[in-house]
Amino acid sequence: MEADKVLDCIGLYCPMPIVKTAQQLNEMKDGEVLEVIADDKGIKSDMPAWTGKTGHKLLEIEEKDGEFHVFVQKRS
Amino acid sequence: MAKEKEMATIVVFSGELDRALAAFNIATTAAVMDIDVTMFFTFWGLNVVTKEKTGAGDKNQLQKMMGMMNKGGARRLKLSKMNMFGGGKAAMKKLMAEYHMPSLEEMIPMAKELGVHFLACTTSMALMGLDEKDFVSEVEDFVGAATYVEKASRSKINLFI
Repeated sequence: MEADKVLDCIGLYCPMPIVKTAQQLNEMKDGEVLEVIADDKGIKSDMPAWTGKTGHKLLEIEEKDGEFHVFVQKRS
Repeated sequence: MAKEKEMATIVVFSGELDRALAAFNIATTAAVMDIDVTMFFTFWGLNVVTKEKTGAGDKNQLQKMMGMMNKGGARRLKLSKMNMFGGGKAAMKKLMAEYHMPSLEEMIPMAKELGVHFLACTTSMALMGLDEKDFVSEVEDFVGAATYVEKASRSKINLFI
């Protein structure tokens, strides 16, 4: 999946990946896609919880080698 | 009419590092989930948001004594368990840095930037002889319980830490 921007959250724990995702999306345009890369497995549950609450769109969570690549589209 | 934002209120009663970290972890998360968060600092919790050097307020003899034994400032807080005269706290801080976790001193301005409201309890301030000038700049107002209860009554999330 192609993203407009990549946010590296490797080595970061709750709440930082979600806080950084929120801050990064704030700086992006409506409809743009952000790829968040994280290795705290809490993100598997936290990102859907966060997008569900904020109205951003969770497109995909890819897991490979203990890394989660999460694609979020900014709400418009 | 725009929908009123959901609200969360957190009473920070405790003045220990671990408890304060938990409070700020939840506060910052709720703030980025589009929730209007208010932290109400009271009693020992005032120590989380006081400057390290206080003394702006008029203190009587007892308050001065208490102030010497109960110094404020986020950096000074102890752990609620395993503090071991600061050794446990030092170990915890070292581990947190190793795992790239923000310190409490970093989380306070971060919460503010995310829109978290900081209120301090005037009754506890009077009791401890603290003045508005004794608080860090993040604290935006000095209020009583009615202000907190009114906000809590409109909040779905309401914590006492």
